[in-house]
Amino acid sequence: MSPSVPLQEMIRAIRSARTQCEERGVIQRECAAIRAQFRQADNGGRSHNLAKLLYVHMLGYPAHFGQMECVRMIASPRYSEKRVGYLGAMMLLDEKQDASLLITNSIKNDLSHSSQYVQSLALCTLACMGSAEMCRDLAPEIDRLLRASNSYIKKKAALCAVHIVRKVHDLGELFAPAARSLLSEKNHGVLHGAVVLITELCERNPEALERFRKTVPDLVQIMKGLVISGYSPEHDVAGISDPFLQVRILRLLRILGHNNEAASDAMNDLLAQVATNTDSTKTVGNAVLYETVLTVLDIKSESGLRVLAVNILGRFLLNNDRNIRYIAMMSLQKIVGTDHIAVQRHRGTIVDCLKDPDASVKRRALELSLALVSASNIRSMMKELLIFLSSCPLELRAQAASGIFNAAERYAPSQRWHIDTILHVLTTAGGDVRDETVPNLIQLITTASELHCYTVHKLYRALLTDISQQSLVQVACWCIGEYGDLLLKGDCQETEPVQVTENDVLDALETVLQSHMSSPATRGFALTATMKLSTRITDNVDRIRSIVSIYGSCIDVELQQRAVEYNALFKKYDHMRAAVLERMPVIERNSPGHTNGESSGELVKEVQPVKVKEGDAAPTQQPANQVCDLLDLLGGSEEPLKPTSAQSGPAPGQPINTSNSSGGDLLDLLGGLEPVAFTPAPTVTVYEKNGVTLTLSCEKQSDSSMTVTLTASNSTDSDISSFTLQAAVPKSVQLHMKAPSGDSLPAHGTAKVTQTVVLNNPNKVNLKMRIRVSYTSRGSAFQDMVQVDSFPDSR
Amino acid sequence: MMRFLLLFSRQGKLRLQKWFTPMSEREKKKIIRDMTTMVLSRQPRSCNFLHWKDLKIIYKRYASLYFCLAIENQENELLALEVIHRYVELLDKYFGNVCELDIIFNFEKAYFILDEFLMGGEIQETSKQIVNRCIESSDMLQETMEEYMSKPAF
Repeated sequence: MSPSVPLQEMIRAIRSARTQCEERGVIQRECAAIRAQFRQADNGGRSHNLAKLLYVHMLGYPAHFGQMECVRMIASPRYSEKRVGYLGAMMLLDEKQDASLLITNSIKNDLSHSSQYVQSLALCTLACMGSAEMCRDLAPEIDRLLRASNSYIKKKAALCAVHIVRKVHDLGELFAPAARSLLSEKNHGVLHGAVVLITELCERNPEALERFRKTVPDLVQIMKGLVISGYSPEHDVAGISDPFLQVRILRLLRILGHNNEAASDAMNDLLAQVATNTDSTKTVGNAVLYETVLTVLDIKSESGLRVLAVNILGRFLLNNDRNIRYIAMMSLQKIVGTDHIAVQRHRGTIVDCLKDPDASVKRRALELSLALVSASNIRSMMKELLIFLSSCPLELRAQAASGIFNAAERYAPSQRWHIDTILHVLTTAGGDVRDETVPNLIQLITTASELHCYTVHKLYRALLTDISQQSLVQVACWCIGEYGDLLLKGDCQETEPVQVTENDVLDALETVLQSHMSSPATRGFALTATMKLSTRITDNVDRIRSIVSIYGSCIDVELQQRAVEYNALFKKYDHMRAAVLERMPVIERNSPGHTNGESSGELVKEVQPVKVKEGDAAPTQQPANQVCDLLDLLGGSEEPLKPTSAQSGPAPGQPINTSNSSGGDLLDLLGGLEPVAFTPAPTVTVYEKNGVTLTLSCEKQSDSSMTVTLTASNSTDSDISSFTLQAAVPKSVQLHMKAPSGDSLPAHGTAKVTQTVVLNNPNKVNLKMRIRVSYTSRGSAFQDMVQVDSFPDSR
Repeated sequence: MMRFLLLFSRQGKLRLQKWFTPMSEREKKKIIRDMTTMVLSRQPRSCNFLHWKDLKIIYKRYASLYFCLAIENQENELLALEVIHRYVELLDKYFGNVCELDIIFNFEKAYFILDEFLMGGEIQETSKQIVNRCIESSDMLQETMEEYMSKPAF
């Protein structure tokens, strides 16, 4: 009863169904018939029925009612039924089903069946779906079959043993001796099974690994036989004798030779022989070579052999077959860390693979190219990478862009090159870069002070061409705002001079402001830049004023807030405008978690002199004044602003910090401004003891209210913590203490604590204040009291 | 070791599935869906290797059938291609110029051949001739109708 006619009829009926619905109908009818048949007494069609059910199962329909039938069929003496029954067991039963246990006994019986084909069915099923319990039950049987049977059964028993070891690790010990003896078999199937079994045992158990190391000479012998032997028709594949066995042996040798000098020495000659003699015109030869290369690179091979292996990989890179190029790059990626110089030799080929049309190959080539960038080849590599970036598939762009940035940062030969590279990336792939790129680039630009003119010209030109790339536009706006005067001056050594009028610049910025392509953050940049230009240009200040006032009623709250503040700067604080909008100093590169207090001793470089002088400030730290507060709404800098009056240099020994934009806080651009002391409110030192100094300054808000700012600093050697101030005032005065800026005073006065107190004195009594100072220093608590009787008069 | 072998047509219809690790029906269905979408969306002349979760997927198209083999990370991909090719050769020898219809109408035979070639996720027999001989012998064992009915069921 060979081709199953009833099965084929059913398949034909199902295939001729024209719609899914029709098909389901046919299948339901068939399943009903099958179920009826299962219940009936024996007829000639049991195996056909089960086969039909398995077909239905493959189409995706439920077939669990066939499980018991499988169990029954396995127990049948008829070979056809057994065959289909075991197939059904492998397809429908798995170790999670309860019915699978029921076949354990049948399998046990069949393992000792007289016919080897029945035995093989049982072995195959056990190796496919045997649960841990079944494996434990039947392991002794398998061990017996490993030793005393024909080669057909031995090879199957070996793989069954592999499955058992995977399921129940402890049983590995049981099979070790038999595995060892199987290596002396001549039959390739058995040898293959033995090698797989030994590999599995070695991978799981380091002791077994030690023991099996002694088999290395035997394995080398077998391998030599395969490589040197003449044509063997049974096992030949395109001129290679049994490549499957060769690859398996190589893999076992790899495991045995890993981290072991002696074993690695024993296989050196063999590996060299395989590497040189294997024909690499067909895939199968390359498969063997590939495995050889992997083995050579993983064991303690001598350097000549390693070079040979890397050269094979290099040859693979030039192969026409895409698969082989891909494999080569994957392997080179693994060794680029350890054998960097060897891989560098093939850099040219790898870079060429960037142009391969296959996406997987491109990805590998990109990873490898980025790993190969070094100080010596940065310029040429970057050229290639930038070309790649402009034509690479979308899913690789982000990776390429960030890789280029990292490489540029590590190996940039000059600042101008670095800036050029970043600009190039922003123009080609601006949408795919990470968010930190903008502040990083800005920081980079501020450090390259001699390139400001060049940079702003370049950015301006980029802005004119395309305003869709947000990162680029943001940086361009910032630069134009900062260095607009250099742009307008027109002469620049590095690029050709171009005449830019104030109106041109303002037009460009307005385009950005009004374009629907600009994100809200970008528009914020543009607005601020426009505002900054008000101090750098001479003629069109009115235009700027009108732009700013229009945005005072913008729907976007962020823009509106800025516009209103700038408006205020124009109207009420016009005298401060120039100072507020002056050039920013170099932004210090911040590491994450940096707080202002930590950068003790870091002196800020003053890049440009202050444009407006407004009376000398006393060289003490200025309290945050109102305009700073106003601007600081966006900055959100928690540390107290430390304005420097550039006139008075830093007080001796007192390091001055910029209130740092944390490098990543876009909105902190304004927070980073250094409000220069214009009309400093007078300060008075009210308390000075044990190195703790408390100064007080006040500013009259209105007739009856006054803002008092207390600033504390610590000039001792040790840090002070839990610093708190308490204040008391005469009864008729209302006191409102705002939250202090912090409660710790680091040593040597590197940072200060300020606290604002609002006093309301409607009865205009004589103002006095009692302040209690408490803090912890060197583990002990201190407390002190001071009375302030006279307040300095503010303007 | 190999984790699974799938054969499906260009329309995504499954023709053969062999799982070498236990998996629930739901997982199997999901994997089949994932594989068919992934493989069928590949460009014609692209690399035969894919990465999926922690496995390597090797696929090859023979006429109208896609052979999709999943192997673990330490396995040799080029050899996996050879495994697929060897299986196709075995089918070809057995059916004589095998085509998709042969595999559809004689799927149980395709499984029997596979079970002589691979077992437990590993290669069982490396010689084509031996596999073919075994299949033929097993087929001979299949009873004729008279023999079938004369033997008791249990």
